[in-house]
Amino acid sequence: MKNDTASSICKVIGASSVGTMIEWYDFYIFGMLAKTISVQFFPEGNTTAALLSTLAIFAAGFIVRPFGALVFGRLGDLIGRKYTFLLTLVLMGGSTFLIGLVPGYKSIGIAAPLLVLLLRLLQGLALGGEYGGAATYVAEHAPTHRRGFFTSWIQTTATLGLFVALGVIMLVKMNMPDEQFNTEWGGWRYPFWFSILLVVVSIYIRMKMHESPLFAKLKSEGKTSANPLRESFRNKANFKMVLLALFGAVMGQGVVWYTGQFYAQSFLETKCTLEFEQSRTVMLWAIAFATPFFLFFGWLSDKIGRKWIMMLGMLLGILTYRPIFGYFLETTQAITKNAEAKISGITEEYTETSTGERIRTHTTVYSLADGSGFREVQRDTLDTGGAVKAAGPVIVAEKHLSSSQYWKFAGLVFLLILYVTMVYGPIAAFLVEIFPTKIRYTSMSLPYHIGNGVFGGLVPFIGLLLTTSFPGDPLVGLWYPIGVAALCLVIGVIYLNNRIDKNVED
Amino acid sequence: MNALKKALGVLWLIAGPAVIFFLVQGAVEHIDPKGTKDINSPVVWIIIIAIFTPIALGLMIFGWYALRGEYDHLPESSSEI
Repeated sequence: MKNDTASSICKVIGASSVGTMIEWYDFYIFGMLAKTISVQFFPEGNTTAALLSTLAIFAAGFIVRPFGALVFGRLGDLIGRKYTFLLTLVLMGGSTFLIGLVPGYKSIGIAAPLLVLLLRLLQGLALGGEYGGAATYVAEHAPTHRRGFFTSWIQTTATLGLFVALGVIMLVKMNMPDEQFNTEWGGWRYPFWFSILLVVVSIYIRMKMHESPLFAKLKSEGKTSANPLRESFRNKANFKMVLLALFGAVMGQGVVWYTGQFYAQSFLETKCTLEFEQSRTVMLWAIAFATPFFLFFGWLSDKIGRKWIMMLGMLLGILTYRPIFGYFLETTQAITKNAEAKISGITEEYTETSTGERIRTHTTVYSLADGSGFREVQRDTLDTGGAVKAAGPVIVAEKHLSSSQYWKFAGLVFLLILYVTMVYGPIAAFLVEIFPTKIRYTSMSLPYHIGNGVFGGLVPFIGLLLTTSFPGDPLVGLWYPIGVAALCLVIGVIYLNNRIDKNVED
Repeated sequence: MNALKKALGVLWLIAGPAVIFFLVQGAVEHIDPKGTKDINSPVVWIIIIAIFTPIALGLMIFGWYALRGEYDHLPESSSEI
């Protein structure tokens, strides 16, 4: 009997987690391939395409995700968890596959970015509905003393989705030249097509699952909510808990999550100008080693409560973000031409622009004594006789870390993701325990997607805003996640309690 | 602790409009039709201000509830919700 229960809960966790991971994979590949996608669908110089591109990036994350939380949360509380998060999976997988089939701007003009925008919005909508369903579904199957541990499997999916997306894109990219990858029907489409295979498998698994026992019981007793949105947000007693969940936990969790998993990667690539392969593999190593800690902190939260683990994760982020990112910057800034620098390769490439000008790209590869290195790239415009008409600036790009620097970077990114595991591991159990079964899906989905989609998703934008306003400090962008996490920490410490709800059946 | 919760309520009440003020100020300062960055785009600012306004209102309501002592005792079962 005990083995049957264990096997049944493993199936519940497996089926929920795989589907949620695939949804994250689908959502991430768009962002990771944004550069190629913008060339294919949103060409520079076309103002309508630029507007659609902006909407695809911002609206999908900020407006549509919370909206999806409301739409699917309501549905999940009305018709059940199982069918709702099956629907979100189909919507997400279908949209991803179709993005991979949309012809480029060159072939169908403005219809291309319009279709991509529409499909991206559908992705955002589906993502808004998925997480709440999966977390609720698992929590409603879990025994009280293991709720944190079981739901923490769902918490690994966002990171694993990122891991799989990074891995698949790297695999495709490493097996073909850049030119072949970036053409209209090139390799960049493979990760989108691959998604349909993952989704079909996941749908098959999820179809075999049963409805959550708590929801099924409510339904059989006729006690489900008639209007989940009204009961969630117009009932003061519940609404005040929605606000507390948002401002005392999820808002800080969102910025810590985004800073560790996305801002770090973008910082390494753009501010530190680290080469593509090293910046990606540093992330992959860090994610691989940190992921088990989602489970550890989920398990620990069953023993000591959810609150203090999440608060400690925020506090560590607040105290160490600037020193860690400062180290990344200092180390890579020190990789520069010095007396020991040796030239290890020179290449010259000639290309022609659409206006008929010839461009010479001169690349010099330098190696330093400690094993690090960098490239100097200069793009000159040539006249018809081959003489330099306009010399371009010398740009230092694609810095390469030495072995010891590389592992220090991986260790520090691991720390950043460890903070993510502290704030994110216990949060599903924390949210599930706050709200009653009949409006749980709706009530927990909205604060989660505002915290992660809006507060977390704004990390790069506010970072850019701060950098533009205060150009003297390259780390100024970090004040946004630090400030939001600090505010959340104060609210969480003072207003939240550390109680583990023994009964989520009510 | 309950006195602190109530006192801080005033701070959250003020923080809501302050966030909106800074966002509008940021929009006025950075929107530039000739600019190429995201922060120069009016569409981005419209989306962000539109989505942050209800959140700021939520922070104000949170402050109001805190000030009125609604968070002095948190529900311990769903029957209290």
